[in-house]
Amino acid sequence: MADPTFIAMMVVTVGSAIVALEAKEIVYGAIGLAGSLFGVATLFFLLDAPYVAVFQIAVYIGAVAVLILFTVMLVRQERWAKELPTNALSKFAGIATGLAVTIALAFAVLDTGLFSITQTNPADFVKIGELISTGYAPVLEVLALILAASVVGALTLSRVDKEEKK
Amino acid sequence: MNSLADFVLVSAMLFGIGIYGLATKRNALRLLFAVEIMINAANLNFVAFGQFLPFAQAAQPSALGQTFVLFSIALAAAEAAVILAIVVVAYRLHQDVDVSELKSMQG
Repeated sequence: MADPTFIAMMVVTVGSAIVALEAKEIVYGAIGLAGSLFGVATLFFLLDAPYVAVFQIAVYIGAVAVLILFTVMLVRQERWAKELPTNALSKFAGIATGLAVTIALAFAVLDTGLFSITQTNPADFVKIGELISTGYAPVLEVLALILAASVVGALTLSRVDKEEKK
Repeated sequence: MNSLADFVLVSAMLFGIGIYGLATKRNALRLLFAVEIMINAANLNFVAFGQFLPFAQAAQPSALGQTFVLFSIALAAAEAAVILAIVVVAYRLHQDVDVSELKSMQG
């Protein structure tokens, strides 16, 4: 049976994910997203993966969530904050699809012996560092290039030309 | 004691919520939220399967799962930055964040 801590963090994670999508104001939605990301980080802690958990908090909550909040608040417009209406049919179809996928995945999980697997074998930081800096070093370098390219691309996209401004 | 299935079930729930958001929302920022939630569901699965024993024996794949999640988080950050820039540009061009109104590239 799952720990109380796990159940609490599961409720926080799934609940704030729903808040992120359903909150009336998009700012509250962004805060809900940050809560959900934090919940996933605590689940990483429960999985004995503290390094990934701290990385998740630093990058997701420290960078992505703050980036979204700043974008929403700096470009403060009525239409951003307002929830766009969805018609009842597409909402029903969306809920049905989401539920169907969740239930199908849940049945697939219940069908296997995953509930009997409780023993963990946590990895140490040294092993992660070794993997990143030896075998997967090319991946790391490509990732660095992608990050640099995406930041430059984002800056170029969102630059306002002087002629455009007036 | 938590079992592997608990984490996989949470991941399935997050994935379902993400699919619901992608299917119904029209605000571009909500779509970004939905994508981020789905990426987190995938990351959670990666770490969970990497940490539990029968999967974690040969050559310490536990570290391998965590390594891939580190890469995935960095990629998701880059993706979020680009999406936000595109949303800002689309808003400047169309005065709207409703994705069903952005039809200028529709064939």
